[in-house]
This record gives sequence, structure tokens and C-alpha cells, in this order.
Amino acid sequence: MAEGTVISQSVKESAAAYAIIREQFGSAVSEFDGNATMPFFEVLDASLWQDIALFMRDHAKLKFNYMACLSGVDYFPEEKLGIVCNLESLGALGHRLAVKVSCPRSGGAIPTVSCVWHTANWHEREAYDMFGIDFTGHPDFRRILCPDDWEGFPLRKDYKVQESYHGIKVPY
Amino acid sequence: MQELDIAGLGSVRVTRKDNNVVVIEKGLATDQMVLAMGPQHPSTHGVLKLECLTDGEVITEAEPYLGYLHRCFEKYCENVDYPAIVPYTDRMDYLSGMNSEFAYAITVEKLLDIEIPRRVEFIRVIVAELNRIASHLVAIGTYGIDLGAFTPFLFCFRDREHILSLLEWASGARMLYNYIWIGGLSQDIPADFTKRVKEFVDYFRPQAKELYRLLTENEIFIKRTIGIGIMPADVAINYGWSGPMLRGSGVKWDLRRNDPYSVYPELDFKVCVPDGRHSEIGDCLSRHLVRALEIDESLNIIEQCISKMPSAEGFDPKAAIPKRIRPKAGEVYGRAENPRGELGFYIQSDGKSTKPLRCKARSSCFVNLSAMKDLSKGQLIPDLVAIIGSIDIVLGEVDR
Amino acid sequence: MGNSLNAWSEALTGFAPMGLPLGMVILAAIPLVFIAVYALTYGVYGERKISAFMQDRLGPMEVGKWGILQTLADILKLLQKEDIVPSSADKFLFVIGPGILFVGSFLAYAVLPFSPAFIGASLNVGLFFAIGIVSIEVVGILAAGWGSNNKWSLYGAVRSVAQIVSYEIPAAIALLCGAMMAGTLDMQQINVMQSGPWGFANFFLFQSPIAWLPFLIYFIASLAEVNRAPFDIPEAESELVAGYFTEYSGMKFAVIFLAEYGSMFMVSAIISIVFLGGWNSPLPNIGSFALNDMTNGPVWGVFWMVMKGFFFIFVQMWLRWTLPRLRVDQLMYLCWKVLTPFAFVSFVLTAIWEIYVP
Repeated sequence: MAEGTVISQSVKESAAAYAIIREQFGSAVSEFDGNATMPFFEVLDASLWQDIALFMRDHAKLKFNYMACLSGVDYFPEEKLGIVCNLESLGALGHRLAVKVSCPRSGGAIPTVSCVWHTANWHEREAYDMFGIDFTGHPDFRRILCPDDWEGFPLRKDYKVQESYHGIKVPY
Repeated sequence: MQELDIAGLGSVRVTRKDNNVVVIEKGLATDQMVLAMGPQHPSTHGVLKLECLTDGEVITEAEPYLGYLHRCFEKYCENVDYPAIVPYTDRMDYLSGMNSEFAYAITVEKLLDIEIPRRVEFIRVIVAELNRIASHLVAIGTYGIDLGAFTPFLFCFRDREHILSLLEWASGARMLYNYIWIGGLSQDIPADFTKRVKEFVDYFRPQAKELYRLLTENEIFIKRTIGIGIMPADVAINYGWSGPMLRGSGVKWDLRRNDPYSVYPELDFKVCVPDGRHSEIGDCLSRHLVRALEIDESLNIIEQCISKMPSAEGFDPKAAIPKRIRPKAGEVYGRAENPRGELGFYIQSDGKSTKPLRCKARSSCFVNLSAMKDLSKGQLIPDLVAIIGSIDIVLGEVDR
Repeated sequence: MGNSLNAWSEALTGFAPMGLPLGMVILAAIPLVFIAVYALTYGVYGERKISAFMQDRLGPMEVGKWGILQTLADILKLLQKEDIVPSSADKFLFVIGPGILFVGSFLAYAVLPFSPAFIGASLNVGLFFAIGIVSIEVVGILAAGWGSNNKWSLYGAVRSVAQIVSYEIPAAIALLCGAMMAGTLDMQQINVMQSGPWGFANFFLFQSPIAWLPFLIYFIASLAEVNRAPFDIPEAESELVAGYFTEYSGMKFAVIFLAEYGSMFMVSAIISIVFLGGWNSPLPNIGSFALNDMTNGPVWGVFWMVMKGFFFIFVQMWLRWTLPRLRVDQLMYLCWKVLTPFAFVSFVLTAIWEIYVP
């Protein structure tokens, strides 16, 4: 029971933080999804993502100064790729909120937030490496875990591994 | 005055005086040298490669290259059932397998929304804290080696061996345990386990003091680490640092306290931060001190757990494990305090499959290491080694 | 006994069949044999065992009883190894580097008096020669580091040169204090000056309280000169992989290793000669019980000399397995801003002491 109240309390805090963002950005952000495991909202207009991120970091009542995680996601049957950012106000206000941003599967791009949170720098590189999401304005946009000349993006659901890499047979 | 760089001559200064007499001064031809540190360098703690641009001994820029140990953890996860991921989490941070399993287990349990028996929780905390001590011992020992002190390393490994045999006794494996399962444990602890753990705690306290005197209070060690690689608190947060790294910068932040999970809220322990009397806050020495102090706190936690643990009567460690782990559709981000920082799992479930749709591991080393480029600017090569050592990376977790 | 040994060595010196100075060659080979035996037994095996006991381990235990044959097994291994010269290395420098290193550390043995009867070359500038000849090692290290064509080796070589050249200054000045107390640069004569019925009380270290200062300075500086921890930055394993000998393998590596142990004994011998009486027995005559006379002589001299040397090598090992490594700039700071001024101070103080205190 105690566990339950803790969760609902943190969801309530997230909802309050969301309300401030909603007020500022209106229809650029989606409705708040207050589920118990990971409350989140979506950024509908990806081009505003950098502004929203900066607003979330610097607003006195939000202070999301800590990006815990940025995960790339492939919504396969849909023609959509996306990122999920778990943000937190570390030390200051203590609330947590997840943000989802998505872009079209081919040719889509999401503005980088590595200038807002340094954490995003490597995580965005990883999301590019694994999903091929293009982050516009990223200062050092390269693959990070796979070799530079690797073909394809391994974590996409329709990924087919290449036959050989520098003469080495890949699938075995 | 003109400065020309004539090819092959280095910097050449050409001065035109009033009467148009050309004076050419040829300086000493100096150039920056690219120095590839790793992936087989002894002090990159595995297969990290740092491409350093050096000006003499001074590093003007260091660029980390990762991926030499990339084992497609996330791709595997999408292809196996939830319980089958547990052994893979062991292999991420191979120095603290119990903690990684713990983080993964609580994440999936959060998604499943199941109640865990209290005894299981206590056993989990005991083994996780034992593993934390073992991991910190490796961190401290290898840090000693990085700075040229060999003996503390072997002292650390001698004591770590006791922990490993305890954990082996409980789980059957020395490093890759597969012990903490979703909803329970693979088996109960052996009958005399808590007694032996208590014995270990009593044995280890003086040993930890000896280690502290040998390494942490050594004048040369302090000289080598104090004021090196200073990371201010706000920048550290912006870089996403966590664990001992963040606490080393003076931020009192510990997920066991600030985002409590399991039975940690019932336990009494201190969140260790440097007080600024022995070190400059945020430097390598602070980070080392935090680790050294945390060993003591972990010992306290273990003692409390042993005294509070419910008895084994009628206890089934697998009681709460669901027959078929198929979470409802949804997403979860769960995390736990690992020896190296926040280990988080982002799991997406579609509600139909027994395999996760997406499982991303937020590895603490990966994030901590990303500050390397900033930290290494303008440092000497020995200081670079000291900084890498203080970050305490495990490449298995960085590359996953 | 002593005279017979003397006579024996005299005879050997004179042994020159067909005009070839064979006897001299044999005499000169004795220290070489000594280094080899010492490096095998005490140097490598001893260091392993000592470090093991300091670290709660057993050390080598497999080859032979208590692993005493371990070093022989290692030598067999090193002999069998392919002698690799990297294709892009400067072959001449690469090959000659270890040779110069070894010669540098070995040449100083010529002037070390092992006993009243045995000294390779009794030069009247023996101490000066010993100080000077150590510098040759720098050439070998630089040749090895540069010739390897490896960046780490180059770093190691450059560091090493800076370190050895710097530390020669406090080391030489500290030794000069001893020479000043003796009034001579002849190594044998320095020993003779320290003999007497009072045993250790006749040693320069106990003759004047000021002598402790140059003694400590020389000991610290000698650690740096032979690249031992905490001053082992030229071969700093965790920073520079293996420093100037990163590219070496097989016997060339063994020669570098031998040279290191050779110079370890050399500096230990020099410090015991200049400050601790060399081959003189530390035991005093107590009344009619003439302990000092009983334990002095050519063979006892060798014993004391080697024991004193081994004691300092033990201290070197002890420090190595206890202390972390200094940083380059801290090393230089220690040399130029601490040791050198103190060496000068002790130089002046010793001079004053020698003039005003009988």
C-alpha cells in the first residue's frame, strides 16, 4: 500500500510539471499519460523539441537538470522512429517526467538536445547508431558502438544483417 | 610582422623592419603528436581507446572511442524472454553482477506490479551490497595500480576473494551469478550463510582500515589525485553523472535514498559525500574517498539486513515468480544504485509477447565516461590515467 | 687469508701466456659472474618473493622447491623467444641501446672495492668515475627509446633522460660530502678511512650528524637514477606501457633487466662505501673481545660489502612495493627545489664540520 501512494505521489508531481509545459507550448505537446510506471507526454511538433527541452531545464518550477536516459525506439508497423527521454529534477525539485519525440522513419530528423544536457550527446549518437535517427545540429555526429562503415541500423525491427564485413562473414 | 609556417620548418617568424630588412627567426619546430592510448593500454581498464592529441606531455584533446566490447545486449533482449535476460545483465557490468540483476529485476517487477516476499528483498540487498564492496575493492585496487602502487591491488583482491566465495556459495557462480530472478531468487541462501557473512564483516573491517592507511592516506597518492580532474556539481549533473562520481562532486544523491527501492527505506546508512577537508570537491581524490567510505556503509547495511531478515521457515524464493512473465502493454524506466552509478532499464512491452519490444540499458559508465573529453583537456598523461581510473569504468557496461 | 687472496689475485694479474692478458680478463669477469648470480638469485627471485610476502602471497612456488628454479625457467623462456626487431625501428640504435645500458651499469663495478684485496681498478678518481659512468646509461636509454620508433618508448626515453640528468646533481653533491669527509676520491681509500676498532662508529654516517643529510639525499636520488619506484616514471607501466623498453623482447629485454639490477646493486654499493664503510665490519671491538678484528679481512670484506648492498636493495624493493608513483612535474620539483638546495646546504655544512670539528 505504501508503495502505491509513493507512485501516485510522483505521478501527481509529474502532472503538475506537465501542466506548466502545456501552458507554455499548448498544442505542440500531447496529453499527459499518467501511468504508474513511467508518466510521459509526447512532443507533437518535433521542431519545437529543443525549445521545450531548454524550457524544461531552465524554468524555475521545472528545473529538469538531469537526463537519466535517452532511448531510441522503433515503432515498427508504424512508419515512425522515436526517442524516449527520462528527465529528472535532481537535487532541486525531485520530480520526474518522460518525454517522447518521434520522427518519420525515412528522412525524418529530431533536433539535438546535447546542447541542453551533455548526457544526450553520446545517447543521441547511440540512437543514431542503432536506429538511424538523424539528430540535427549534433556537434559530433558519428556512430559510437558499431564501426563507422557498418551497414544498416541494428536495432530497427526490419534490420537485415550484412553478409560480410571486410571479408569477414557476419551471420554465422 | 608576419608569422609564416613554411612547410617542414615549423614556426618561422618573419619580421619586416622599417628599412625593409627581413629578419627571419626560426623557432624550435614543435608539433602536436597523435597518441593512441588503447585499446590495449594497461590502464584503460579494458578496451577503451583514447585518441590523444599531445603537446609534449600535455594532452590538448582526448577523444574516446568505444565499441570494442559491444555485444548487442539490446538486440539480444528483443529476442529472448524476460527471465532469460538476467544472465545477460550479469555480463554487462561483470564486476557487479548482483547489482545489475537487481536493477533489472525491480524494473520488470515494477512493470508486472507484483509483491516480493520480504526475505527475498533482504537477501537481495545483502548480496547486492556484498557485490558493491567487491566492486569498490576492484575500483580502489586498480586505481592504486594506475598510480603505481601495486600492493593495495593485491590486498583488495585478497579480500574480494572472500566475497566471491560467499556469493559463489549462495549462487553457484563467482562472477556471473544469475541469482536474482524476476520476482524472486534462483535459490535460498545456504543455511549458515548469514553467519559466514557476519564473520566476513568482522574480518573485513580492520582490513578496510589497513587498506585505507596504505593507499588513501599515502602522501604521494594524495599528491597525485588532489585537484586533478575537478568536476563542478552542476556540470556533473548536466553530464548525467551518478553514483560515486556525482557524490564526489558534492551532490548528496543516492538512489537508495532518493528514489528508494526494495527495503532500503528501512535501513540506516549515510550517503557519503566529501567534506572538502581532505580533498578539493569534485577531484579524483574525492571520488576515491567516496568509494572508500561507501565500503563501510555497505558493511553497515549488511549487518542491519542480517538482523532484520525474516527467518527461512516456510520460505520459497520462487513463490512470487509468475508462471509466465508477460507484462501488460506499457513502458517502464526502472533503476537502481550500482557501484558505478545509476543503472537504468527502459523496457517497452506490447502486452502480447513474452519478449520485450525494446530494452535499453542506461549504463552508468557510459554516461560517466562521456565527460572524459572535457576532463582530459590540458592534463598531463599521468593525470589522464588518474582521471580514467577515478571514473572506474567497466567496458563491458560501457559497450554493452 | 687476506694476504693469500691478495697474492692469488696478483698472480692472476700477472698470468699472461703468449703476451695475452688472460689473467686480467678472468679478473674482470668476476664481477660479471657476480652480477649474473646476484641478479638471478637475489634480484629476480628475491624481488618476487619479497613482493609476494609483502602482499600476502607465496610468489613463485612451482618450479623447484619454493620456486627457486623459476628464474632459470624464465631465462630458458627468454632465450627461446624470437629476437624481434620492429621493421620500422632504427635497427642500429635499437640493437645497441641495451648494450650501452648494460655496459654503463657494469663499468662502474670496475671501481667498486669488494674487499681490501679485491678491486677491479683502483683509480684515484674512483668515485668520480662511478658518478660519471652512470650517465652513460642515459645514452643507452635514449638510443633504446628513440630507436624503437614507438611513441611510448620515446616518452619513456625523454622522461628518463630528464630524470637521470637532473638527479645526478643532488646525487653527486651528496657523494661529494662523503668524499670531503674522506679527503679522497679513491674508493678503496674511502673505505680505509672508515676502518677502525669501533666498527660502525667509524663509518662516516656516524662520524658526523650532518652526514645523514647527504646520505638520505643520495639514497633518494639513487632511486631516481636507477628508475626504481616511486620514481619509475620512465617505465611507468600504467602510463607508458613499459616505457623505453616497450618494443624489446627476448634476450634484449633480459639484458635491459640485468642492467637494471646491475645498477641497483651499484648504487647500493656506492652508498654503503661512501657512508657505511663498504667492506668494513660494523661490529666493534668490545674490550678484549676483538669482534671487529675477527670479522674483517678480504673474504669478510666481500661478505659485508654484499650484505650492505643487499640491504639497500631490499629497501629499494620495499619502497617499490609500498609507494605509488610520482608525477613527472612532482619528480622534477623534488629534485630541483628540495634535494638540490639541501644537497648544497649539506655540502657547506660538511665543509664547516670538517674544518672546525676535529
